[in-house]
Parts: sequence; C-alpha cells; structure tokens
Amino acid sequence: MLLLFPGEVAEQEAKLLFAQGRGELPGEEREDSAPTLSLPQTSLARCSNVTPGLEIHFILLFSRQGKLRLQKWYTTLPDKEKKKIIREIVQIILSRNQKTCSFVDWKDLKLVYKRYASLYFCCAIEDQDNELLTLEVVHRYVELLDRYFGNVCELDIIFNFEKAYFILDEFIIGGEVQETSKRSAVKAIEDSDMLQETVEEYMNKPAF
Amino acid sequence: MALKMVKGSIDRMFDKNLQDLVRGIRNHKEDEAKYISQCIDEIKQELKQDNIAVKANAVCKLTYLQMLGYDISWAAFNIIEVMSASKFTFKRIGYLAASQCFHEGTDVIMLTTNQIRKDLSSPNQYDTGVALTGLSCFVTPDLARDLANDIMTLMSHTKPYIRKKAVLIMYKVFLKYPESLRPAFPRLKEKLEDPDPGVQSAAVNVICELARRNPKNYLSLAPLFFKLMTSSTNNWVLIKIIKLFGALTPLEPRLGKKLIEPLTNLIHSTSAMSLLYECVNTVIAVLISLSSGMPNHSASIQLCVQKLRILIEDSDQNLKYLGLLAMSKILKTHPKSVQSHKDLILQCLDDKDESIRLRALDLLYGMVSKKNLMEIVKKLMIHVDKAEGTTYRDELLTKIIDICSQSNYQYITNFEWYISILVELTRLEGTRHGHLIAAQMLDVAIRVKAIRKFAVSQMAMLLDNAHLIASNTQRNGICEVLYAAAWICGEFSEHLEEANQTLEAMLRPKVTTLPGHIQAVYVQNMVKLYASILQQKEQSGEKEAAQEITQLMIDRLPQFVQSADLEVQERASCILQLIKYIQKLQIKEVPVAEEVIALFAGELNPVAPKAQKKVPVPEGLDLDAWINEPPSDSESEDEKPKTIFHDEDQRHSRHRQPEIDEEELARRREARKQEQANNPFYIKSSPSPQKRYQDTPGVEHIPVVQIDLSVPLKVPGNSLASSFFLEVKLEEERRHKQKLEKDKKKKKQKKEKRGKHHRHNSLHTESEEDIAPAHHVDIITEEMPENALPSDEDDKDPNDPYKALDIDLDKPLADSEKLPVQRHRNVETLKSPDSEAPLVEKKSKKPKKKEKKHKEKERDKGKKKEKEKKKSSKHKKKKHKKEKEEKSKDKKKSKKKSHHSEEETTESVQNGTLDDEPLPPMSSYRLLAENPYIKMTYDIQGNLQNDSQVTVSVIFENKSTSFLKSMELNVLDSLNTKMLRPEGSSVHDGIPVPFQLPPGISNEAQFVFTLQSIVMAQKLKGTLSFIVKNDEGSTHEKLDFKLHFSCASYLITTPCYSDAFAKLLESGDLHMSSIKVDGISISFQHLLAKICFHHHFSVVERVDSCASMYSRSIQGHHVCLLVKKGENSVSIDGKCNDSTLLSNLLDEMKETLSKC
Repeated sequence: MLLLFPGEVAEQEAKLLFAQGRGELPGEEREDSAPTLSLPQTSLARCSNVTPGLEIHFILLFSRQGKLRLQKWYTTLPDKEKKKIIREIVQIILSRNQKTCSFVDWKDLKLVYKRYASLYFCCAIEDQDNELLTLEVVHRYVELLDRYFGNVCELDIIFNFEKAYFILDEFIIGGEVQETSKRSAVKAIEDSDMLQETVEEYMNKPAF
Repeated sequence: MALKMVKGSIDRMFDKNLQDLVRGIRNHKEDEAKYISQCIDEIKQELKQDNIAVKANAVCKLTYLQMLGYDISWAAFNIIEVMSASKFTFKRIGYLAASQCFHEGTDVIMLTTNQIRKDLSSPNQYDTGVALTGLSCFVTPDLARDLANDIMTLMSHTKPYIRKKAVLIMYKVFLKYPESLRPAFPRLKEKLEDPDPGVQSAAVNVICELARRNPKNYLSLAPLFFKLMTSSTNNWVLIKIIKLFGALTPLEPRLGKKLIEPLTNLIHSTSAMSLLYECVNTVIAVLISLSSGMPNHSASIQLCVQKLRILIEDSDQNLKYLGLLAMSKILKTHPKSVQSHKDLILQCLDDKDESIRLRALDLLYGMVSKKNLMEIVKKLMIHVDKAEGTTYRDELLTKIIDICSQSNYQYITNFEWYISILVELTRLEGTRHGHLIAAQMLDVAIRVKAIRKFAVSQMAMLLDNAHLIASNTQRNGICEVLYAAAWICGEFSEHLEEANQTLEAMLRPKVTTLPGHIQAVYVQNMVKLYASILQQKEQSGEKEAAQEITQLMIDRLPQFVQSADLEVQERASCILQLIKYIQKLQIKEVPVAEEVIALFAGELNPVAPKAQKKVPVPEGLDLDAWINEPPSDSESEDEKPKTIFHDEDQRHSRHRQPEIDEEELARRREARKQEQANNPFYIKSSPSPQKRYQDTPGVEHIPVVQIDLSVPLKVPGNSLASSFFLEVKLEEERRHKQKLEKDKKKKKQKKEKRGKHHRHNSLHTESEEDIAPAHHVDIITEEMPENALPSDEDDKDPNDPYKALDIDLDKPLADSEKLPVQRHRNVETLKSPDSEAPLVEKKSKKPKKKEKKHKEKERDKGKKKEKEKKKSSKHKKKKHKKEKEEKSKDKKKSKKKSHHSEEETTESVQNGTLDDEPLPPMSSYRLLAENPYIKMTYDIQGNLQNDSQVTVSVIFENKSTSFLKSMELNVLDSLNTKMLRPEGSSVHDGIPVPFQLPPGISNEAQFVFTLQSIVMAQKLKGTLSFIVKNDEGSTHEKLDFKLHFSCASYLITTPCYSDAFAKLLESGDLHMSSIKVDGISISFQHLLAKICFHHHFSVVERVDSCASMYSRSIQGHHVCLLVKKGENSVSIDGKCNDSTLLSNLLDEMKETLSKC
C-alpha cells in the first residue's frame, strides 16, 4: 500500500478519491449493492471457479478528467491509431450522461463501460458478444483489484500500474477471460509476488 | 566486474523508481512534457548500464510512459534484454513492456523466439505463465509457427494453471498460423473433458470462438456440446455454448428444433440476466433460421417477447436498452408479435436516456403498417415538437423519413398527407437534415405523378414563405428545402395555379441571401416558370401581360447577375441575355412561347444511383488510360492565378461586371447547356445538394439581411397535416366497418376449412391489401440502364483474418500434418533425425481435400436452387483458392525478416513499409546450386545466442515432375568451419533434410555450422544426395555445391544510438580502412537499404547524403561505417576492432555496390 504525502493529498485527484473512493464505493460488498449495478451478480458468482469467454478487443481505464490510467489491447494496431481511438472513446464516454445506459455502439464494435468512483472502466466487444457478461467481467476485475490492494482507489492504480496490469493479465488473456475465481487469481498474483519481493527487498536496500 | 556491480548499485541510489516518476509527473503539471523528456534522457542513461536491475527499472518506467502516450519503440532491444533476465521480477517487467509495445511490425521480435521457448519450458510455472501471457499480446505469424508445438505440449502440462493459459493462447496461434489448427485440434477437443473445470471452459471458449467464425467445420461437435449444455450448471460455460449453438443452427435446422426446448426451459428457470439475455438472443436466432416452412413456434416467440417486455419495463437502463435491442431482432421475422407491444415502445420514446429513445425509434421503423403509419408518425411529430437537443430531434426527423419512405413508400396510402408532413418538418429550427427533406420532396414529386398538383401548390407556398425558412437558417441547412421547392415549381409549372405569384416570390431580393447552389436552382427554374407563363399568356392572347412578365424578369434578374456565386452569376447572365432577346421578338410581335418552352421539353425519369456503375465498360475502352498527357508541375502553377482571379471575382463582382473573356464564357455556357441537355443524370444529382454546398465558395460573402422576427415562425398550410389525421380517422373507421363485414362473410365461408391461426393470418394480410394507396408510386424496375450487369455488391472482406481458419477438422489427421518442431538449430534441441518421420509436404494432400469440398458443394447446389446459395458457394471456392495461395506463401516465409523470398520482398516494398521511395526487390537468398531436378538457394544468419554458430537456411525447390525424397546434405568441414551433426555421427555423415518434395514444391531447412574465426570469408564444398522417384522408378542423384560464408553473414543487425556510436568512435581502439566505388547511380536511400539488407547494418544517423551505420559480429566486433555519397561515387570509411574483418567486409561491400 502506498503512503501518500500531504502535497499529493492536496491534489484534486487524490482528494476526490478520498472523498468518494476510499470510504464509499470500491469495497466489494458495497459494490454489489451499488444501486446502478442491478445485475444479479450472485447467480454468476456462485459458479466462480471457471472461465467464461468473450472476445474483448481492448480495455481502457481512465479518470473522470479523461486521464488514461491503463490500456490493454488485444488486437494489434499502430500506436497512432490507438491514440486516436483512445481520445475518441474517452470523449464519447465522458460526454455521456451519468444516468444513460452503459453501452455505446462505436464503429462496428460495442463499448461497454462502467464508472467506479472516479474511474471509468471501458471494454470494446464485438457485435454478437454479451454486454451483460462484459459488465460482469469489468466488475470482477474491480473486485480483484480491490482484493489485492484492499479498498482500492484510483491512486493505487496510478502508482502500482504494473500490478494492475499483472492482475489483468492473470484475469484476461488475449481478450478471453481465463480466471474468474477471485481467490485463485489473487493467489496467482501473490505467489508470483513472493518470487519478486525477495529480490525487491534486496533492490530497495541501497535506495533507502 | 565486482567494481562495476558496486558502482551500479551506487548509481541506483540516485535513480528514480516508478513511484518517483509518477510522483514527479504529478508534481510537474505545468511542464509535464519537459519533465518527461528529461526523464527519458535519464532512462536512456540507465539503459546503458550493465546492471540488469537498473535496466528493468528503466523499462518499467518506460512502460508507464508508453501508457501516457510516449513512443518507446526505440527501447525494444532493451526490453528483450530485460525479458531474458533470469530473475522473475525482471522477466515479468520485460514481458509486460513487450506485451504493451510490441506488435507485428517490431523487427526485434524475431530475436525473442528462443527466449520465449526457454521460458515456456521453465520449471517455474510463473515463468511459463508470464511468457504465455506476453505471447498472447505480441504473437506474430513467425512466432506462432515456431512455438505452436511448444504451446501444444503445454496444453497437457501437469498444472491446470498452465494448461488453461496454453489452451487460450492456442486460439491466437491459430489465427496467426492457421496450419496449426488441424494438428492441434484433437488435443483441444480432449480438453473439453479436462478434469479441471477452468481448463474445460477455456477449451469451450476457444472452440466457440473458432466455431463462430467458421461454424460449418464444427457441426460434428454439436452432440458433445449438447451434452455439455444439458449437464452443465455453470452459467459462464452455458453462455458460451449457447452462443455457439446460435452460430451452428443456421447451418443445421434440425439442431434448432432440438434446442428450443432446453433453451425455453432455461429462460423459464434462470435468474441470471446475462444468461437469460443470451438464451433469448439464441432462441431468436434459431427461430429466424427455422422461420421458413417450419411448424409454428409462436409459443417460444411469445415467451421471448414476454421476457423482453420484463427487461424493457425494468428500471435499469442497461436492461431496458438490451431488451429493446433484442426486440428489434424479433421484429425482423415476427413483426406481429412485437407490434402488440407498441404502447411500451412508444413509452420508451419518453425515456430520459437518449440511447434508449434511439433504440425505440429503431423498433418503430419495423412496426409500421399501412394502418398505423399515420398514427405513429403523428406521435413522432409530437416528440419532434417536444424534443430538446438538436441531435435527437434530427434523429427523429430522419427516422420519420425512413419510416415513411421504407421499401418504396410501401406503407404510405396518402401522399398528400406525406407532403404535408414534409412541409411541416421544414418548421424545424436548426436541423441538419434539410437536404433529406428536400430529397424526399423531389423523390415523391417525381415518382408519384398524381401528387404533383398538390405538391406544386405546397411548394409554391413554401417559396412564398421562403423568408421564414431562410431567415433563421443561414447556417443550418433547412433552406435546402427551397432548393426542392424551386425545382418542383419550375419543373411542374403546368400545375401551378398562381404562377405569376410564385415567379414573383422567386424574384424577391431576399433570395440573394440564400446559399449559391439554391440560387442557381432558383434562376434555372424561374425560366421554366417564365416559359409556361409566357405560353399561357400567348395562348390567351394577353400580349401585354406577356410583355409585362418579360419586363419583370429583365428588371429583377440583374440582382442574380451580381451574385458572388459563379454558378448563379453565369446562369443569370445567360438567361438575362436570352430574355432580352425574347423581349425584342415580343416587341416585333413574334410568338416565342413555343420556342421558349421547347428549352425544357421532355420528361425527366428517375435513375438509380448505381446505374452508371452497372453499365459495362465497352470493349476496348481503357478507363485508366490518360486522355491527355498527365498534368505536369507547370500546370499546377497555372492554377494559382486562377484562384487569385476567383477570389478577386468574389470580392469585386458586386460592384462591376465580371471581366471574364466573353468568348470563353460563351463557350463554357454552350458546353454546359449541351451537357445538361444530354446528361440524364443531371437532375438526379440535384437531390444531393450537399456536395455542391461544400463547393460553393464562402457563404460569408453573402450579405445577411436581418429580418424582422416578429413575424410568427409558422408556415401557413401546415395545419393541413393535422386535418389529415382527422380524415384518416374517419377512413379508418370506414375500413374497420368494411373489415367486420368481410370477416363475417369469411367466417361463414371458411368455417370448416381452416384452423384458427391460418385464418387470422390470412385475414390480416387481406385487410392490408384492402387499403388501396391513393396514389401510384412510379418505381421503374430498378431504374437501371438496359445492359446493366447484375453484380454481387456485398462481397466479404478479403482480408478477414478468420477466413484462413476455415479448415475442415473432421478429416482424419494425416501423418504429414505436424507442427514444425525446431530441429537442427541449437545443440540442446537437436534430436536424432532418424527417429522422426519425415515431414511430408502438407501440400500434396491439398488437392484431394479441395476436390472433396467441391463435390459437396455440387451436391448442395443440386438440393437448393436458390440463387444466393450458389453465389455464396462460388464465393467459398474462391476463398479456398486464396487460402491455398496464402499457405504456399507461408511455407516460403522463413525465420527472419531478411529471409524473405524474392516475391515477398517485392510485396513488402509495394506496401510501402520501407520508405516513400520504392525499393527494388531484394532477396538475401543466393543461388547455391541447381540441376534439372532441384534448385537450392541459401542464406546465412548469425546466431545471437552463440558466438560461434551461424545458421544456414536452404530453400530446396523441386523443379522436376518427380517426387524427391531421402535428401541428405553433407559438407566437407574445414578446420575453422564445421557443420553441426547429431551426436555420435561421424564427419562424413550427411544430415537428412527433414522433408520430402512433391513436384513443384519448395521448402526450407536449416543447418547449423560452428566456426572459430570469423574474420575471413570461407567456402565449403558440399554435396546434396537425393532419390528421384517417378513412374519409371527411382534413381539416386547428386548435386555438388559450394557454400560461401561471407563476412557479412557473421554480422548481426544491431541498433545503436548516436551517442553510443560517437563514444565508440572516440575510444580509439578501432582500426580504420576505407574504400571508394565509382559509377553509382542508385539513390542514396536505396544504397543504404542495400547495405542494411545485404550486409546486416543498421543506420545510426543520416544527414543528407551522408550516413553512419553500425553492426556487430556474432563474436562482438563492433563495425562502424561512414557512408558518403558524391556525385557518382560512394566512399565508405569503416572502423572495426579487427582490421582483417574490416577489409574483408569492405571488399564484399564494394562488390555489392559495383553491381548497382
């Protein structure tokens, strides 16, 4: 977990997270009861230790201010194209009213997005894919982050962005969901972290 | 070394780690770009250090910067270094960076093959996992081919963690290397029954994805999946399987029948919305495929619609949206069942969420019938009035027009009503769709002859009230309707009652504030009006009135002659002259009306937009050939003064007559008239005035006249529409009565004969027919020219990546179909070649397979005589051919980028990958030896992992019509250079080539050689022995060759940064030498490309005609070059650790260059 310096807390972004994120939303149980998410999570969560499938083209995480926090592409595109797409999508989604539904038709794909505290999670899926399932996937990812970081907030993802990627990689591979069991996904990350921490301790010694 | 370590860790104290970087960026909000460029400089320094920890830290920071949008492709090589670190911490970071920034174009990716293979086979499952994850992001066709076998092996790994990942990655491999699908499929199928549920559903995932793209190959798996579906209680897997069945049923209707029951059961029982939604969607898809001639499934449809209604009524916006979406799918085949929910859908139009309103609008489109069209449109009109926000209102407008005009105005029974609706729509402020309304007005007026009189009267009214439309819409395009109005009034002026008044309206000074293209239409059509008035007056003998009207024209036209718009100006001055001439004749009392009206004689027929395309090109006409010489540079200069003139024209034309050359003007006028007269498309272009609108120069030049806005913004005559609604109601009642009577009759007649359903249906359709449209719509068959060619418009995308995966999986796997196993490249993977079955070319099997498919298709054709079927099968055949070509190409494709065979290089050059300038085709493959049977070409590449090994890739091409087998390659080793043979074999044993060659086929094999010194070029003698087998028997043949190891083949293209390069040159421990070659004519760009390509150098820096280049030998010699191009010569200065190597290299270069 990251310690925050007072200066950073003063930053608008951090404040926003403290006010909205830390205490209220991202907790797992609270997430379930969030009024906007009326999907019956429980029915799918019951059979967790398995792999659903869908072709996700890319996942974007960005803040309410439109700052990109994480991007993962499962289709290869030139960088220029990616930047253009990101700009376009962030704009489309941020301009949408809060109360509108979570799906946007975009080119020949569908965007499925959801806002958690100050962060937007957005997936692009294909026309035949199941939007509700994608929302579950997004939600599951948030749960994983939350379990790993403990009351995750945007700052956790900013400062440990590589961890956020590792968790995502453990959860989705090549656009297909590979692990929905929260326990085993987090365990995989923690086990591989164990391999890492010993080295990192050594690494950090001379620096502090 | 120890000192270096210490130094490294001391340095690190001052390094930023990732958190510091993030914090720094956050603290430098104002000068972020500057701060980051400073950080990148630091990172560059860190990357130069030997300490892998420092490098990993740097790469980690780069990955963060990459996310922020900075280009980090320059660090690709460092990323590979970090990937190959032995510690998991670093490896993980390296793979993360690679998966974020590598793509197929990254050339260093080819260097990773061995590293990834090593990681895949690592005892640590997390090493394997991280490699698999990375691979899923950046797998290329080459990597897929090389690693397919390794990944396939991992599918049977002991740990489910790895198995699961491997199964999922296999899908990516299939996409990149379709040949792997057949060999790997049996094992994939096995995984459907894996003990671990995670692996099992991974396999379901992959097969479902595959089947969605090419369902027909997976039909045989249906029973297995059916079993899984009925036995599984797992919603995630169920969703996937149900989706798969959705893809399969269109091909096998029997499957659909079987599915309905379990699916409806699921719909009834499940509480998971995502599963419910999936089931409903699939049931819809199944029913669509069953809809033709199958027993009635109205119960299932009713169930779906019922469930969807629940979704739509839900308070959750997402469910509402999806419910409407699914509903629109049902609508296509079962409109009746949806139409009963019209209330709900109309209710959704009031939703606060715009996307939901739009979905509801989509549904309305399909729900209209002749009976309810007016009612629905009336509701929509109310929404138009209420709607705030122009986007939604525009959407409503287009929907209204769509709904009314669909399938050639099928549902419109009363066109007068429609015209009134269109007129009413012109009231909309700020809409972008003026042109759409205009197009509809034109279309209806042209096609529905009976409506013209009414249309003309309405349009005349519009023209009369033009100021209302034009005043508030300078920008927003509703004035486009005036375009249509003017044209209709002009073209059908014989229907005008108050022609004089309309002409007067068109000549008002305010018209000049309209956009140019509309004024132009005004001008053109007022002549038409004038002509008809003239005729009328002359016929009734009112000469004075005729002269009066001429005078009016002459008085008012000059305001258009002064127009800033060229088109308007030209037309107006032309017409003015014409009318002046008419006036002269009128004064002489000559009857002119007949002649004037003759200008506009003839009926205009609608022409389909595609008509021109469908006219076959006459034989011998080359449309691509230049008619005149291609425009030269000088011509573009000519254009400049023109535009200046044009600008001036716009500025001054208000004050003086244009000074265009009279002759030129007359000529152009003549030409245009001619064109207009002859061109049947002339009118057709007018309904899409948008294009021209863009062309017209500067709306801002037209003075905007402020109009008193106290005038109510209501167009008189609009109330008509509402009066129609009343009329409609009355008519409906009448119809209803009629229907009831008929019903009674019918019941009597057909009581015994028909079942309930049938009767209901037939009644319904008949009642539809009862409503006879008031007017006839003219739809001339397709409106195509006589000799139009029928053509299939919706060709599939030829670049579809999934097409390659269209592979028959039921055919038993031939021995020959194996994934390429790495062999004879590195010592550790070297296996005894005898133990493996020779890899027969898969190609030989191909023709049979194709034949089989062909036959099947023939049968298909016999069964179903639908035209479309034939078309698609034809298409598939084409697909197969292409696929085959692609495969043969793939085979030729070799390991590394520089290995491209000749044709491929040409291709990549055509794709423009290198530079703007086209490069001549290059191939690094040189001829090794050739005889009537076989041709060998070869290329030598240094081995990055081993400083004393090179790999020789040899392409064997069978030139004969016989089968070549038992090929064995042997060389006479020298002291310095030896061929690497399997353990236990002697120096005299040859190495078997791991494949056989059917006639006309080529394939590539690789051989590894070890060497001690690399400073000199070497030549090795060798022999290839092989058996030629044909009908007459088999003979043993030999072919001698000489392998030439040039010094360049020991070099490895290594990127180098200019600062490092400079340091290297400064260090002073390099020997120097130089050459000069005369008579070079190729461009410097090509020259550098040649050196890079043939001699494995990379360009460090290039300034004008001077470039520095760098390369490294496999034994670590640095080679630096400075290439300068003079007028006709090139001089190359080289620096290298070893003088012999350098001089040899330069000699080789001289030889290459002298060939240019």
